Amino acid sequence: MTELDVGAATGPPKGGPRRVRTRGGPGVPLPLLLPALIGLAFLIVPLVALLVRAPWRSMPELLTSAEVWQALRLSLVCATAATAVSLVIGVPLAWLLARVEFPGRGLVRALVTLPLVLPPVVGGVALLMALGRNGIIGKSLDDWFGITLPFTTTGVVIAEAFVAMPFLVISVEGTLRAADPRFEEAAATLGASRFTAFRRVTLPLIAPGIAAGAVLAWARALGEFGATITFAGNFPGRTQTMPLAVYLALQSDPEAAIALSLVLLAVSIAVLAGLRDRWMTAG
Amino acid sequence: MTRTARPTGRALQVAGAGAAVLLALSGCSSSDDSSSAASGSSASSSDELSGTVTVFAAASLKESFTALGEEFEKAHPGTKVTFSFGGSDSLAAGITGGAPADVFASASPKTMKIVTDAGDASGTPATFVRNQLEIATLPGNPDTISSLKDLTGPGLKVVLCDKEVPCGAAAQKALDARGLTLTPVSYEQDVKSALTKVELKEADAAVVYKTDVHAAGDKVEGVEFPESADAVNDYPIVQLKNTGNAAAAKAFIALVRSAQGQKVLTGAGFLKP
Repeated sequence: MTELDVGAATGPPKGGPRRVRTRGGPGVPLPLLLPALIGLAFLIVPLVALLVRAPWRSMPELLTSAEVWQALRLSLVCATAATAVSLVIGVPLAWLLARVEFPGRGLVRALVTLPLVLPPVVGGVALLMALGRNGIIGKSLDDWFGITLPFTTTGVVIAEAFVAMPFLVISVEGTLRAADPRFEEAAATLGASRFTAFRRVTLPLIAPGIAAGAVLAWARALGEFGATITFAGNFPGRTQTMPLAVYLALQSDPEAAIALSLVLLAVSIAVLAGLRDRWMTAG
Repeated sequence: MTRTARPTGRALQVAGAGAAVLLALSGCSSSDDSSSAASGSSASSSDELSGTVTVFAAASLKESFTALGEEFEKAHPGTKVTFSFGGSDSLAAGITGGAPADVFASASPKTMKIVTDAGDASGTPATFVRNQLEIATLPGNPDTISSLKDLTGPGLKVVLCDKEVPCGAAAQKALDARGLTLTPVSYEQDVKSALTKVELKEADAAVVYKTDVHAAGDKVEGVEFPESADAVNDYPIVQLKNTGNAAAAKAFIALVRSAQGQKVLTGAGFLKP
C-alpha cells in the first residue's frame, strides 16, 4: 500500500530513478528473475501463438463482415454500460464496506466477492432464477410492467455488470481503506455533511482507484461469456457479443474465431493503453 | 494403461449424471424384464479389459451413454468409462486438437467428418442410432403449439440451436423444407442449453431432439411434427487413432451397437439405424 497524498496522486510516477538503479547486475536475484521470466512467457506466448497462426491473408475479408462489427459494437456498448452501472451502485457499496461499521460486514464483503469465484454460467442461471421471466423478481417485472430481461441487450448489460462489479468494488474499497480518513473528518469539522464530504473530498481522493476499478470491470465485462450466453442467450445484433461470436465461430471456422479474437485483443489493448496513466497511478 | 490427466470436474459430473441415470434406469426397467439389462452381459465378462475408456459424446447422448457406461463397468470390473459430453463440433475440435479420447460418438456425419478428415479416426465410423427433432413446449402446452408453423407466430419466444451445431442445422433443414421463416430469441450453443431455456420457462418452445424431450421428463411437453422426417440425424461412432486403450474402446463400441445397447438407446427415444 502506498500513502497517496492528494496533490501527487495524479502527478508523474516518482519511482523512475530508483527503478534504473536496481535494473540488471547483482540487483536482481536469480530465484526471482527466473520465475518472473517464466511467468511473463506464460502470459505472452499464447498470445504470440495466436498472432503467428492468425489467418493474415484472409483477415480483411473475415473482418469486413457486418456480423463482426455488429458483435464488436454490441460488446463495446454493453461493456461500457455495465461499467457505468457498476460505478453508480458499486462505488457507494465500496464506501459502505470501507467506512461504515455494521454487524456482519465481513460476511457482506465475502458475499460481494462471490461472483468472482462463481462459474459465470452459474451466475447466469442465478440471474435467471432472480430476473428471468419466471424468477423471483422477474415474474413481478413481467406481470406488472411487461418487462422481461432474458434475451435482451439489457440482459447482456445485467449479466456483465453482475460478473464485473466485484472487481470495481474491491478495487475502490481497497483505495478507500488506504486513503486517510482525516481529510473527511476535517471536512466534517468544517461543517460539511457526510454526503458532501464524500462528494467533495473522498471522491477526488480515490479517483485513481475508481479509474483502476472501472478499467478492470470494463475489461472483465468485455470478455464475459458464460453469464451472458446463459442469461441473455445468443442472437446476432441483440445479445451476441464478441466472445459469443468467437465461441460459435470456433465450432465451424477456427480461422474466423482467431480473427475475431484478434479484433477484441486489439481493441482491449488500445483502450487499456489509452488509460495507462490513470491505471499506473492507482497501483 | 491408466490416464491420470483428467479434470476432476468431469469425473464429478459423470458421477452425478450416473446417479441420476441409475434412478431413471431402475424406473424404466421395472416396466419390462429388469434382470436382462443388469446382468445380461455376464457372458462377455471373462476378459482382461482394464483401465479407462474416455468417450467424447454428443450432448444428446448423455443419459443413455452414462447408463451404458455403468453397464460396461459392471460387465468389465477394473475398467472405468469417462465421458465428455458437449456440442459435437467442439468435441470434434477438441479431438483434432489432440484431446485424449478413445471413442467419439457424434450427433452428425458432418462433425464426424472433421475427425476422419483429420486422420484421427481408426476405422470407418458406423451409424449406431438416429435422432429426430421434436418441439419442446412448456408443460401442458399452454400456447397450444401443434405444428412447426405455430412456432412462427408472433409473441412466442422460441429458442433454436445455433446453425453450427447439428440440432440447429437439422431444425433449419426442417424449416426450409416447409419454406418457413422462424426468428428465435436466441441461437443456443448446444441442444441441452436450448432445452434448459424451456425447462426454466424462459422460452415458450425449443426445437430439440426427441431424446431430449424424453430425458426432460414432465418438465417439458413434446410435440411431434411431420417435417422432422426430413431432418433425421445419423449418429456415427468411431474408435480414435490416438487411443491408449484400443481393446476397451472396441468393447465399448460393441456394447453400444449390441442389442443390449440399442435397447437402452431406443428406450431413451432414439431410432434404430
